[in-house]
Amino acid sequence: MSQSNNWPLWEVFVRSSRGLSHVHAGSLHAPDEQMAVRNARDLYTRRNEGVSLWVVKSSDIISSDPDEKDSFFESPQGKDYRHATYYKASEGVKHL
Amino acid sequence: MAPTTPQEPGLSAVPSYEEEQSKARFDALIDQDSRVEPRDWMPEPYRKTLTRQVSQHAHSEIIGMQPEANWITRAPSLKRKSILMAKVQDEAGHGLYLYSAAETLGTSRDELNEQLLTGRAKYSSIFNYPARSWADMGAIGWLVDGAAIANQVPLCRASYGPYGRAMVRICKEESFHQRQGFEILLSLSRGTEVQKKMAQDAINRFYEPSLMMFGPPDDQSPNSQQSMAWNIKRFSNDELRQRFVGMIAEQVKVLGMTLPDPELHYDEEKKQWIHKDLNWDEFMAVIKGNGPVNSQRLERRREAHREGAWVREAASAYAAKQAQSEVA
Repeated sequence: MSQSNNWPLWEVFVRSSRGLSHVHAGSLHAPDEQMAVRNARDLYTRRNEGVSLWVVKSSDIISSDPDEKDSFFESPQGKDYRHATYYKASEGVKHL
Repeated sequence: MAPTTPQEPGLSAVPSYEEEQSKARFDALIDQDSRVEPRDWMPEPYRKTLTRQVSQHAHSEIIGMQPEANWITRAPSLKRKSILMAKVQDEAGHGLYLYSAAETLGTSRDELNEQLLTGRAKYSSIFNYPARSWADMGAIGWLVDGAAIANQVPLCRASYGPYGRAMVRICKEESFHQRQGFEILLSLSRGTEVQKKMAQDAINRFYEPSLMMFGPPDDQSPNSQQSMAWNIKRFSNDELRQRFVGMIAEQVKVLGMTLPDPELHYDEEKKQWIHKDLNWDEFMAVIKGNGPVNSQRLERRREAHREGAWVREAASAYAAKQAQSEVA
């Protein structure tokens, strides 16, 4: 009944206003990049949600391995001294 | 959303050390009320339940375009036509957000589409009732979208990340749907006797079906328990129905109309709303495909798909040609 399309999957990123980053909004299928941008406009900016769009083929995204997450993100653990809140002795000193 | 590589089903019957570890990680995520993301390991029943729920939800949005699309040409003013078109576009959008979420669980868009077109998949029974009058556009917006919102707001916190994120987007957009419906009824309620009667008639027809949208009573809803344990569902069918009936019981007064339920009252002692018994035999019949317009809805969907075939073919051909000329 329905022939298979196998149109690639695209990830959509929307910049909501000037000065802000593009943020992932969702994904969609489209036959090519032009259609992907147009569909992204129709699908993700029906209410003025964006001033700029990026689309990227999902298959082109390289991501970290979720199974490795503990070891992969282990380095900052126990390094509280990277945060301003670690330094308590100076509490009460103004403008610091 | 990261590209998805669904887990292969377990190759051996005995869980390996890795599988045990994965399961422990999954259980911990649920215990902490955290979110499960597409590439995380998840138990097969969790994946299956979600695929079914999210895709049924997507199908409902797509079929849900029909009752209102039928009224666009007959809407009483240009403004009302524009509003209906925006609403129908939203339903299409919601369907697409949800299909994307469902796909991250490992079933392809084509397969999901096929399930709908061949009638293997279910969708919300409410769309198998016809929209007979203009007032039905009001009753559908107020009661049907209202019930949908009551159902969907807690789903924004569903444990599966992509589903929750789609629901956040949908809920933001859906509130306009309910308000515009209520305003249609409000206009009619301030109109002529015939218009008032039309509004009351629409409310009468959609009241009971909208209460049934929350699903069977808790003691007859075997899957609810598990869905709640997985943090997919946050409140039981009856709890949500209670909440909804309480809201509309107040709202209907603003319309100067009544709900077709002589038993409806708030029981101070039990601290809950008592409504009439709902006709669950009818609900089951409609779900099974014997509702007033089941076959019409499905046939219309197939027809739309057939009629769109040449557009999809042309787009594919153009994309292929462009890709070729880039290589050359």
